[in-house]
Amino acid sequence: MKVHEYQAKAILRRYGVACPRGEVAFTPAEARGVAEKLRSKVVVKAQIHAGGRGKGGGVRLAATPSDVELVAKEIIGMCLKTHQTGPQGRIVRRVLVEEASNIKKELYLGIVIDRRTGAPVVMASRAGGVDIEKVAEETPELIFKEYVDITAGFQPYQARKLAFALKLPPPLLSKAIAFMQCVYRAFEETDASLVEINPLILTEDENLLALDAKINFDDNALSRHADIREMRDLEEEDPLEVEASKYSLNYIKLDGTIGCMVNGAGLAMATMDIIKLAGGMPANFLDVGGGANEEQVKNAFRILLSDKNVKAVLINIFGGIMRCDIVAQGIVKAATELGLHVPMVVRLEGTNVEQGSQILRGSGLNFTVANGMRDAAEKVVALSRG
Amino acid sequence: MSILIDGKTRVVVQGITGKEGGFHARQCVAYGTKIVAGVTPGKGGTSVDGIPVFNTVAEAVEKEGVTATLIFVPPLFAADAILESVDAGLDLAVCISEGIPTADMLKVKAVITRRKTRLIGPNCPGVISPGRAKMGIMPAHIHKEGPVGVISRSGTLTYEAVHQLTSLGIGQSTCVGIGGDPIIGSTFMDLLPLFAADSDTRAIVMIGEIGGSAEQEAAQFIKENVKIPVVGFIAGQTAPPGRRMGHAGAIISGGKETAAEKMRIMEEAGLIVATSPADIGDKIKEAMGA
Repeated sequence: MKVHEYQAKAILRRYGVACPRGEVAFTPAEARGVAEKLRSKVVVKAQIHAGGRGKGGGVRLAATPSDVELVAKEIIGMCLKTHQTGPQGRIVRRVLVEEASNIKKELYLGIVIDRRTGAPVVMASRAGGVDIEKVAEETPELIFKEYVDITAGFQPYQARKLAFALKLPPPLLSKAIAFMQCVYRAFEETDASLVEINPLILTEDENLLALDAKINFDDNALSRHADIREMRDLEEEDPLEVEASKYSLNYIKLDGTIGCMVNGAGLAMATMDIIKLAGGMPANFLDVGGGANEEQVKNAFRILLSDKNVKAVLINIFGGIMRCDIVAQGIVKAATELGLHVPMVVRLEGTNVEQGSQILRGSGLNFTVANGMRDAAEKVVALSRG
Repeated sequence: MSILIDGKTRVVVQGITGKEGGFHARQCVAYGTKIVAGVTPGKGGTSVDGIPVFNTVAEAVEKEGVTATLIFVPPLFAADAILESVDAGLDLAVCISEGIPTADMLKVKAVITRRKTRLIGPNCPGVISPGRAKMGIMPAHIHKEGPVGVISRSGTLTYEAVHQLTSLGIGQSTCVGIGGDPIIGSTFMDLLPLFAADSDTRAIVMIGEIGGSAEQEAAQFIKENVKIPVVGFIAGQTAPPGRRMGHAGAIISGGKETAAEKMRIMEEAGLIVATSPADIGDKIKEAMGA
């Protein structure tokens, strides 16, 4: 799960991480109110779940509270396009109004889980404020890494090594070490999958501040963090994806025209791949899971069909725990209730495939039966072209 | 022969009194697996279909001589269940549970590297040695005894590949689902040497997906150490970057984690790469000259 910058900073503050003073505002008037309280030059920052906001015009300086109100008026409601939002952009619904800082040097601090070693890795760099992926690719020697032994935790010597590598002036070393340890504690105790402070700034008056902050959380651990769950912003997610998540369905909207419904994530990805190989483009990823019931299949089908780009549907089910007859019943029920306005290709295999096929055949619905994945993909691509 | 399990392996099911655990334990027994004990804390002394249930894994080891466990425990308690089996000194733990927090798995991983227990999964369909035994949730009837080892990060896509093989008359020595999570007990690299050393495995199907770099490391190992043909497939050629495709581990977080890059490296290392998931069986048939 992702959260906004202001939410990430609120979490970091709880762990003693220094961030600029500031508050979120949902309206220009609120933004003005925050600026009046701060009594300083401020930055108005668009809050969306995507990076690159500055370049897209979503981060602006303002000197007085009335300037803040004007700037907030322009930012709230704007469609912000960045390299991470895609060409359609994102509507800005909230801004963070924050005290402007005097930046002496921009640094980078990040923590992620390294899959290869199975350990959290704390990364620091003097190349802050820029796209760290690019730094990692072009000049990896500029990023310093400390792998954490999970049984011992992030040790002071590791923070020291990173602080020295950042070439911080000596009076700042102990501050930097404490800063990093606080960030690590936040990472560990909130079950984060990523914490990124980019930039971490050194101010003119020799302080360290988290000027920007990003935290992603492990979805599997959210059940033990009620406070973080409440930070979810449904408006940042695709409405169909939100709807799907209510029924524990894994749905991701894509740009193509062929809707697909598959059981299992790997098979769902492979189905998308074979649609492309057959000359079509998938409209979505949809994994109904290993043990979906009739109700879930019905809802999956409804969500799939509510995408207006869908010109044909491919259902690819390999029954294991999930029985083909249950899937067939769900499909028939959904298609009967919702009405089927596009061609549908069904490929069933595995547990109770005979019973499943019989249910489909006996339903009187208009669909095409496929034999194997390639046949299914070719048929659905042909049908999608009318 | 086979790897990991055979008809003699004595297995305990952790979570046997649950709906899923009970159902699959019965299915495994029906396939011929020696499920000789169950564990559910607090239900020791009862039984499920004549299988004795114990309070702890240690008791199951003492009374029934189990050496392997099949785990169906809710995700927030699954890491604890795995660690209990490690502490009891089992050789093999297969964890089916989906949705275990990554932080819990980091702890498990740190412990098992110092112990002898081999962990398969979590978030996986398990292991089957066709004709001998199954420890998992896969539909047994699509499998057939034979010479191909299958190793995969996916569940149903593995069934698809196995089905293709069986339909072509090609059987399998052992099929292992290693799981779709970012942190798993055994990677391709951990299990490929077992297949390479198994005299009855004469070809390998390796099914990867986007995210991480496990396939790249495996490809390098195969190039240097595996003499039998390996057919590889990577799911997620059309997956958008930055999105989690169902599996917690299936997410492209860098340029090297894409399907195209993984396939390129596999090809370079001498693997036979199936571009289409429909070609996995045919590629094996070709490679084995069958």
